[in-house]
Amino acid sequence: MFGFKFLGKTHVPHNKSTADMAPVRMTSLKEVLLPMAQHIGAPATPIVKVGDEVKVGQLIAEPAGYVSSPIYASVSGKVVKLDTYLRPDGKSVPAIRIESDGLMTVQDGITPPTVDSLDSLIEAVRSSGLVGLGGAGFPTSVKLDAVKNGGIHTIIVNGAECEPYITSDTRTMLDQSELIYDGISLLEKYIPSVERFIFGIESNKPECIKEMVRIFQDNPKVSVMPLPSLYPQGAEKVLIYNTTKLVVPEGKLPADVGVLVINVTSLATLADYVMTGMPLVEKCITVDGSAVKEPKNIIAPIGASISEILEFAGGLKEDAGKILFGGPMMGIAACSLDEPISKTTNAITVLNVKDATEREATACIHCGRCVEACPIGLNPTAFSKALNYGTEEKMARLEEYRVNLCMECGCCSFVCPASRPLVQNNRLGKTALREYNAHKASLK
Amino acid sequence: MEKLIVSTSPHIHTKDTTQGIMRDVLIALTPAWITAVVFFGLKALLNIVLCVGVSLLSEFLFNLITKKKQTIGDLSACVTGLLLALSLPTTANVWHCIVGSAFAIIIVKCLFGGIGCNFANPAITARVFLLIAFSTSIVGGTLTNFQNPDLVAGATPLEVIKSGDVSTLPSLVDMLIGNRAGAIGEVCALALIAGGIYLIVRKVISWHTPVIFIGTVFILSLIIKQDLSIALYEVLGGGVILAAFFMATDYSTTPINKYGKMVFAFGCGLITVLIRFWGAYPEGVSFAILIMNIISPYIEKWCAKKPLGKEGK
Repeated sequence: MFGFKFLGKTHVPHNKSTADMAPVRMTSLKEVLLPMAQHIGAPATPIVKVGDEVKVGQLIAEPAGYVSSPIYASVSGKVVKLDTYLRPDGKSVPAIRIESDGLMTVQDGITPPTVDSLDSLIEAVRSSGLVGLGGAGFPTSVKLDAVKNGGIHTIIVNGAECEPYITSDTRTMLDQSELIYDGISLLEKYIPSVERFIFGIESNKPECIKEMVRIFQDNPKVSVMPLPSLYPQGAEKVLIYNTTKLVVPEGKLPADVGVLVINVTSLATLADYVMTGMPLVEKCITVDGSAVKEPKNIIAPIGASISEILEFAGGLKEDAGKILFGGPMMGIAACSLDEPISKTTNAITVLNVKDATEREATACIHCGRCVEACPIGLNPTAFSKALNYGTEEKMARLEEYRVNLCMECGCCSFVCPASRPLVQNNRLGKTALREYNAHKASLK
Repeated sequence: MEKLIVSTSPHIHTKDTTQGIMRDVLIALTPAWITAVVFFGLKALLNIVLCVGVSLLSEFLFNLITKKKQTIGDLSACVTGLLLALSLPTTANVWHCIVGSAFAIIIVKCLFGGIGCNFANPAITARVFLLIAFSTSIVGGTLTNFQNPDLVAGATPLEVIKSGDVSTLPSLVDMLIGNRAGAIGEVCALALIAGGIYLIVRKVISWHTPVIFIGTVFILSLIIKQDLSIALYEVLGGGVILAAFFMATDYSTTPINKYGKMVFAFGCGLITVLIRFWGAYPEGVSFAILIMNIISPYIEKWCAKKPLGKEGK
């Protein structure tokens, strides 16, 4: 109404106490469990068998199709079991369990790939095992492949890191700014249609903004855009709108409006692979939360279990109520301490019993805070009410109010004074509508 | 660490609660009910205690009899009772208070599903009910202690204006501090505005509704009467300020979206003025809000925000 407004206005706590802690590397661990599906797409196919000796960076599973990603051994040791892993989302996936020999011996013959064209860059990204490290886990090579259709004019680097507690992207920007520089140089060289690179960084990270401005001061194509420290700045559609004012239409991808969004750590990892040839085998993760004794950033091998990571981090000061992969706004609750971190894990947040205990939901008082909070402009309480109707009416309402546009950022549930499970209901609604439409389509 | 809690995100929540919001409303109404007791004495206090007490009791008993979960802890029944008491003059007797409060809670609120489900504002509906059922004793107001210590009935400023002889109107200063005839809680504009500002600061309500409601009444009165002081009396002389801050901002019975709230507030102001100048009653605030309550769902639908990226119908 009064000119341009930023989307996203939910004041979540920041709790970025680990922002100035350089990560410590975790090397000695007993074993890792590497699920074959740490990405969106087909699970990778294991190419090792029980008893095989493996080294760090050795390919142990090949991508099974176009939308898939390879898996590399993250420790040296012996394959002890071809296991299955029940992911927190309820899917059971194959997994490779490797017993570490504690030496972290690196695979022989790891050399930088030859990159001299967009195709070879995409091929390199594909073999690096890189997936969207912001949390989505979409294979980066597939995303880059879409560039070949042309028309990409803007690349947005996502350094918003709007989740409470997490500072792993902050550390990437501070500790690996050269890699970020190299990454931008690669993209600039092989995607000539790109006119501008925009770094979107929340204003609660002034040191990151300063560092990015510093390393890119000579590149006029690169701009750094401070974003308000209001959740969810890092959500893709919100980020695109807030940095470029472009709106991604319903059912379309950012590429359809000429935009590519890449997480800042993904960018650094891409550059690292092109420079060294070492695939994605470790992650910087933030270990924090109300039950953690000494919050810190840790570089851990992918597949390390929560219990080993927490032990390395210094343990807990009180009983854990809830353990999350990721932050408290969109993180996924783990069922046991034996669960491994994956490529997309950027934090382990341990909440104490008090923080983890949720209030009982009471009646909706129609206060409209969810409507105000929704960055997309949806009416979350209307979805919840729609679920009470019979199938036809329910689907008509879910469709009309566009439940499919919900990106599950959780603002509505966060602000609800009646503690209603709003985003949870949105998920139910989204799934129901998708299945209903698929069923209807199959009848035709 | 025997059992980990597993649930879907988000895992943290605001500290605000329904009870906290209602407590804020009660705090915001405190200046108004204290000034009511100052101006109208113990009779006002009796009405307030009765209305709040009967409201709580009605909800308690309704939940008990219908075997529902007890909800009086959310304090919304207190708010309803207090608002009803404040919108009645001291001529309302014990039975009016009891019947009105029970009607508000049981008929208007609980029978429609309790908090958040009622389509009309319970306090206002109960006041309108009392007005129609017992019109002679509810309409208008009594003089304050300072005008006449015997709580005799006196013409409210709006009734004076309606009668056409404006020479007996209280001074504007008396209108602001509340030394004029009227319902006990509507007279002191300063106390109500202080409470309203508290609610805005606490983000319980947004400024749009009261500003647009009061502004509409003021501007339309000014246009119709071509007299600045009459327009000011129109704003201060009836229940507009109480209603604009505390009743037209009720969550359940107003549109959920911002633009809807604006349209709602404008409609309230418009209907208030229409009733005052061309209707049979000297005051139209209650009817205005009640009518707008009924069309609120439609306003909400028409004023819904277009979701980002929405395509097609």
